[in-house]
Amino acid sequence: MGHYVPHTDEELATMLASMGLSSLDELFEVVPAALRLASGLDLPDGRSEFDVLDELEAVAGRNRTDLICFAGGGAYDHDIPSAVKRVAFRSEFVTAYTPYQPEVAQGVLQALFEYQTMIARLSGLEVANASLYDGATACVEAINLAVAATGRQTVWLSDGVHPTWRDTVRTFAAGTGHDIVDVPLSDGRTAWPETGEPGALLVQFPNRLGCIEDLAEARKVADRTGALLLVAFDPVASGLLRTPGSFGADVVVGEGQPFGTPLSFGGPYLGLFACRLEHVRRLPGRLVGETVDVEGRRAYVTTLRTREQDIRREKASSNVCTNQTLIAVVAAIQLSFLGTAGLRELALRCARASRYTRESLLAIDGVEPLASAPTFREFAVRLPVNGETIVDRMAEEGFLAGIPTDGGLIVAATEKRTRSEIDAYADAMRKVLQ
Amino acid sequence: MTIAGGRATSIPLMGRDEEPTIFELSAPGRSAARFRDQDLPEWSAHELVPADLVSEPLHLSEASERDVVGHFTRLSHRQYSVDLGAYPLGSCTMKYNPKLCDDVASLPGLANVHPAAPAHLTQGWLELLVGLGDALCEVTGMKAITLQPPAGAAGELTGLLLMRAWHEAQGRQRTKVIIPDSAHGTNPASVTLGGYDTVTVPSDERGLVDLEALKAVLDEDVAGIMLTNPNTLGLFEEEIVEIAAAVHEVGGLLYYDGANLNAILGVTRPGDMGFDIVHMNLHKTFAVPHGGGGPGAGPVAVSERLAAYLPGPVPVRTGDGTYAWSTPERSIGRVHGWHGNTLALARAWSYILLNGGDGLRRVAEGAVLNANWVREQLRGHYDIPFDRPNMHECVVSARNLKKAHGVKALDVAKRLLEEGFHSPTVYFPLIVEEALMIEPTETESPQTVAALVEALIRIAEGASEADREAPRTTPVRRVDEARAARQLIPTFDARP
Repeated sequence: MGHYVPHTDEELATMLASMGLSSLDELFEVVPAALRLASGLDLPDGRSEFDVLDELEAVAGRNRTDLICFAGGGAYDHDIPSAVKRVAFRSEFVTAYTPYQPEVAQGVLQALFEYQTMIARLSGLEVANASLYDGATACVEAINLAVAATGRQTVWLSDGVHPTWRDTVRTFAAGTGHDIVDVPLSDGRTAWPETGEPGALLVQFPNRLGCIEDLAEARKVADRTGALLLVAFDPVASGLLRTPGSFGADVVVGEGQPFGTPLSFGGPYLGLFACRLEHVRRLPGRLVGETVDVEGRRAYVTTLRTREQDIRREKASSNVCTNQTLIAVVAAIQLSFLGTAGLRELALRCARASRYTRESLLAIDGVEPLASAPTFREFAVRLPVNGETIVDRMAEEGFLAGIPTDGGLIVAATEKRTRSEIDAYADAMRKVLQ
Repeated sequence: MTIAGGRATSIPLMGRDEEPTIFELSAPGRSAARFRDQDLPEWSAHELVPADLVSEPLHLSEASERDVVGHFTRLSHRQYSVDLGAYPLGSCTMKYNPKLCDDVASLPGLANVHPAAPAHLTQGWLELLVGLGDALCEVTGMKAITLQPPAGAAGELTGLLLMRAWHEAQGRQRTKVIIPDSAHGTNPASVTLGGYDTVTVPSDERGLVDLEALKAVLDEDVAGIMLTNPNTLGLFEEEIVEIAAAVHEVGGLLYYDGANLNAILGVTRPGDMGFDIVHMNLHKTFAVPHGGGGPGAGPVAVSERLAAYLPGPVPVRTGDGTYAWSTPERSIGRVHGWHGNTLALARAWSYILLNGGDGLRRVAEGAVLNANWVREQLRGHYDIPFDRPNMHECVVSARNLKKAHGVKALDVAKRLLEEGFHSPTVYFPLIVEEALMIEPTETESPQTVAALVEALIRIAEGASEADREAPRTTPVRRVDEARAARQLIPTFDARP
């Protein structure tokens, strides 16, 4: 049949004849005649892979990939070592299904076990799942867990959480009926209400303006109100800063893209999810545990399966099944590559590049800090021109300048940004603002 | 019947020795990481952030590049995959995925684009997404689409939120969603998260939705019905037009679970059957590899009347031939942090271009041919509770083996691993006792499908109590799942 259906005409005829059929069309006689497509799909005919690649390379060429990236917002421009790309994309990892038969899935299962260990350590909590879709949807799952655990429907949502993540939380709250209450920032940090009985507080660390939130204070508010403390973190920050768990977070979520996944126009990314052990039976998604086989050899298997949707059906607290396993494996490999020393160095280098960029921008007339709270690798500045206009003009100078926000621009720097790039960026900004 | 041609087997290739964890392979002080020269001041941690926030270096593994590569390569040898052999896991559509799709997902012009970059800097991406969206609408017979949902379950929930928003806009308070008893478990879980109650309708003796039973539960509280067609028995719902009419009659909407779309590509379309909302699993039908459990992509296409409610923003072609983002007037809001699993979407687009309209039809033909042939060959060796022409998968039962030899579906599954094949889906759908749900897919040759059938027949003919010992040739043998749950060890640090 050609392309990716391997049957020869002779084989087709033999197989059909063995079933008493004479044509492929007869296979579809169970489909009512009125529903059958008479003239096929209105799509062009298939082509060779070379023709298709030519076309898609041309399409890809219509994206600007020459811009030096100072944008973040949960998606960061990091270097990715060749070893990570080569090993993670071995076809055994890429073309496996969910590990339903553990006897032949130890590779993925063990990689996930190691991933869970790494994410638990980064978050400072006891247990992490095998991944969720992305940072935004991980926030939704954290809220669902907290509401189920506390029996309270109200969620205090910090305005320091990325705007698209907050939008996503609101979208899903329409189904669950949770009451999402926006909590404003004051000088770059969340100003929690004095009174109320929320089931959860959701705060980002560092937040969307790059400011390092006061998690000790958030913990106090959680204790005072009886809420769970949910923290959306930048996992790279744990290379330098205390973990959210060390401040008493109950659930830690985040975006795992910085660990080995290219910017990719936003996906597939990696939803990180960790919680205290007491909440493990409400953990969304898959969880891998260590056990033994019948011969007593160490083995890994997906566990606490009774939490999951295919068993609990309408009583399940999450519908997640397929998640982002391959991206979790990528993260495990990247974190293994970095190791203890490499993670620290990565975080330091991001922070140094960010500080140098910040100081360079603040030296320009008319550029002011948007908040005074300390930052890690991202920061916000107030500009005399609106952020969208700056981004457009800076693109002409060869830079993706940042992410526009009300009254300014949010700028990120990573270990990939060098002094010469940052100097050129600041020069371009000076020119654009004149 | 016999099929000429050679057979291959894969299980003997898999690594049997235990692999230590990366933490056990560590040597203090070792590191693979070396960073580019930034030429920046080397400020210390305390100069960069407040001292009371600085942690001690967080302990990870400590290994060289060579050790890391060796470790994960050895792990990959303990993993079965489609590229190694057949994977007839029912309802999962584990077909071979063209390697071109991998190269497309690695194109620097696609992979190195920041998702917050404005539309005029990312015209290629928007063009690609619009092209894919249009093609998926054509394949499903729908009018508009969101590409944001990152997986099938996310698509389901998106669909239910669309249903909710639409009913609310009509001023209706609906409370129930109907699903058949053969539905995937995600369906009822999604219904709950969508804020609805699940009502289950039984299947009839043909394995199809019982139309009279359905009519009996249809009333003004019903928001809609979730169906997959073909259903999870692999059977086409022949009365789908009547079902659609009955649901629409009470003002309900029809939701199509696209898990089984592979069966009908270019043959028939959910939109023509009367469905209002359709999710697709691009990681099943459109060659996004499953990655050991994701990433997938679960776009949701809708009929005209629901287009205004789609999650936004959606990519659109403008009058001057450029592309832009646009948020539908009554959008339910975002369902993903950015634009969906975009590189997975690019893979799907390349797969559609490779196959074309003609090739997609051949996909369905090959899938349905292989699955029917498997059922025909297994007759007499396994019970077939609904023995009628099926679509892309067939469901047989091991209850005859259980009765005669005490050999259960699980034992058959484990024996098949020894024979060099991945197991079918077992114990699903729930309405079939000792179910084995077999989906050979169109990419497996007649030789491979014949080898699979021969192995299944050999297992049935040789069934004995000894099968409870299977598998004996795999990297590990049967795993103690009860102990995993009882003595939970979810991390290396939780080891006793």
